[in-house]
Amino acid sequence: MSLLTAENLALVFAALTALAVLLYAILDGYDLGVGITLPMKQEAWRDTSIASIGPFWDANETWLVLAVGLLLVAFPAAHSAILHALYLPAALLLIGLILRGVAFDFRAKVKPERKIHWDWTFKCGSLLATFSQGFMLGIYVMGLEYHIGSVIFACFSGLCVTAAYAMIGNAWLIGKTTGDLQFHAIRQCKRAGVWTLAGILTVSAINPLVNANVYQVWTEPPLAYLFAAIPLLCFAMFALGYLALKRLPLPNDRGAWIPFFICKVIFVCSFAGLALSFYPFVVPNQMTLYEAASSKESLTIIFFGAVIVIPIIAAYTAVAYYAFRGKADGLKYY
Amino acid sequence: MLDTLLLSRIQFAANISFHILFPTITIALGWLLVYFKIRFDLSQHPVWMRAYRFWVKVFALTFALGVVSGITMSFQFGTNWPGFMETVGNIAGPLLAYEILTAFFLEATMLGIMLFGFNKVPRWLHTLATLLVALGTTLSAFWILVLNSWMQTPVGFEMRDGVAHATDWLAIIFNPSFPYRFTHMLFASALTVCFLVAGISAYRLYRGDNKKAPRLTLKTALFSAAVLAPSQAFIGDLHGLNTLAHQPQKVAAMEGLWHTEKGAPLVLFAIPDAETQTNRFAIEIPKLASLILTHELEGELQGISDFEDAHPPVAPVFYSFRVMVGTGIAMILVAWWCSLRLYRKNELTPLQYKVLMGMSFSGWLATLAGWYVTEIGRQPYLVYGVLRTSEAVTTVASEQVALTLIMYLLLYAVLLVAYIKTLFWLAKRAIDVEEYDLSLPGLPEKKTEIATEGARV
Repeated sequence: MSLLTAENLALVFAALTALAVLLYAILDGYDLGVGITLPMKQEAWRDTSIASIGPFWDANETWLVLAVGLLLVAFPAAHSAILHALYLPAALLLIGLILRGVAFDFRAKVKPERKIHWDWTFKCGSLLATFSQGFMLGIYVMGLEYHIGSVIFACFSGLCVTAAYAMIGNAWLIGKTTGDLQFHAIRQCKRAGVWTLAGILTVSAINPLVNANVYQVWTEPPLAYLFAAIPLLCFAMFALGYLALKRLPLPNDRGAWIPFFICKVIFVCSFAGLALSFYPFVVPNQMTLYEAASSKESLTIIFFGAVIVIPIIAAYTAVAYYAFRGKADGLKYY
Repeated sequence: MLDTLLLSRIQFAANISFHILFPTITIALGWLLVYFKIRFDLSQHPVWMRAYRFWVKVFALTFALGVVSGITMSFQFGTNWPGFMETVGNIAGPLLAYEILTAFFLEATMLGIMLFGFNKVPRWLHTLATLLVALGTTLSAFWILVLNSWMQTPVGFEMRDGVAHATDWLAIIFNPSFPYRFTHMLFASALTVCFLVAGISAYRLYRGDNKKAPRLTLKTALFSAAVLAPSQAFIGDLHGLNTLAHQPQKVAAMEGLWHTEKGAPLVLFAIPDAETQTNRFAIEIPKLASLILTHELEGELQGISDFEDAHPPVAPVFYSFRVMVGTGIAMILVAWWCSLRLYRKNELTPLQYKVLMGMSFSGWLATLAGWYVTEIGRQPYLVYGVLRTSEAVTTVASEQVALTLIMYLLLYAVLLVAYIKTLFWLAKRAIDVEEYDLSLPGLPEKKTEIATEGARV
């Protein structure tokens, strides 16, 4: 057990927390994305869109609980500092998540004439949640401080994260739908992709200017050469994605999952870029993950639990995705 | 302007009161669905699937409300009560982590298969998914009640530099009040579901629905309630004795005992007055409290005045306790009264249907009142004897907390109304549906087909 030193455990839990955040961004990202671009003109499209995420959204959202839970459990001081600074946006995020989560179920059960209200609730709740998340990310990048500049940046970040979620959500829909709705998703995906790219470029430019150590990480050889691969891969994926979207849909629905795959790579790259920028800080420029970690005994006991349980979670998640593979059809309760 | 502490307490109380409504239903409803599903698998009779189909919708809606209000809870620890995790995080943290890892993912993932997978996965896998969802909700209750009970009766730890460190995990998990609180909560959940199912089924029957499924669910719910309700009174009594041993000031507040006395009376009703430390307008039965709690007529019970500044406010605990017990007694009486009639005549009188409809949400009332007793009764401590509530609160400005509190309250009020209306709308729609399709087991049958259908259920 000599490997389980306090420092290694802190690092392992930082990695686990980061993984949970990344998985959350990708998984709830696509279902939030489907929510914010929900086509309000056609009811059948809305039904199919929502049917495509119906069996998954609940488990997707659990990754947020795990991410916040791990932060709370492994880095309590950081959890307090971050959520103290993000008190109001976090409350807005929660209200957004509540609204969309319940709208999901209400829309299928209320009187037919009320369904449209819950569809709007679903769309607006998703939008509120994604914008709040982007806003929180923006404030975090700006060192958890509120001034006119940081708020403007955070609002911009809110829009970019919304665009990124819209992009991955529509990429998911391309894989899950056919016909007119698929065409619609391809168009939306392209549009959202442009905004996402603009957002990533802007954040990449501003982040090193604001945080001195970020500038250092990305410019100091020899590691900087290695790190350069991340933005290169990311931008290559945007180019590839553009080419793919231009050609889709192909006969026999070939390549319908390519955009979603590309989006996943883009999310991983962007996240890795951010994580590298801030390492070893868990609260930017204030607290390193080693300072914030909780006691070794507690982390050890969770560590063993996580090692056993996470593979099991992965296994039954795979079963669920396998059970609902293929195109989305009507959302039937049984 | 109220201060951050009071606003945070109100906000937490509002959040957790709203949240607990939904798990209280899903914990037991999950197992009821397992029962319906297994009966269907064994008998292949479509009525079991009809019962399943109707209640799985209620389950889905309830579950969604529970999940989203639960996410709010997980944020509240950090946003409003940072002192909680800073002091006892080494114990609360792993318990919460295990809840997420072993319960949340399991129920959330399996729920997808349970709700939408009937035609997509093998029958056995669908039944298994239903079982795992029920197991997940129960496991989740297990872990969170371990944590709550540990906050009531903390053991298995030592304080180093003002921070709790775990020394014995088994002692922490099976802390003295846990077995009682967990059992009491599981039964509360079961009773809540019994009365909800009975109430909604009564609504359908009263409105002229003569299908088999609501009659079946009414019978299942009422007969279960007739057994569960008195058992719950017994468990509650044991729980009360356990509380007396570990948190005597809570029992003193419950009983309205201001001063230590021998042969203490049972106060049926009174208006507790904290100023004068007396009960006004008290209706009492002499010596009965001592008899119930110590099993001796002249047994000594400690009063509130023994605990100086470390006792809970008396009035809310005192009233909540009476609401809980009163609701419980009403449940026993109604369950027996209606069960007897149902057993003899196989149907209920219109009055009984109305009473059952009125008691659809009586489980919520009793459960909330019970939690108020136990949670307010722990005050002024957050972790009994270890951490005071006032020491754990955030430094966030009170205006911000007031703003979020108002937002949450408005949202919760709207959602609660929508939830209850939707339940009755679902019931109403189930009455009117007339499709008849045996190729898909469980689709609602025609009203007229029932009477001739011979299979026993």
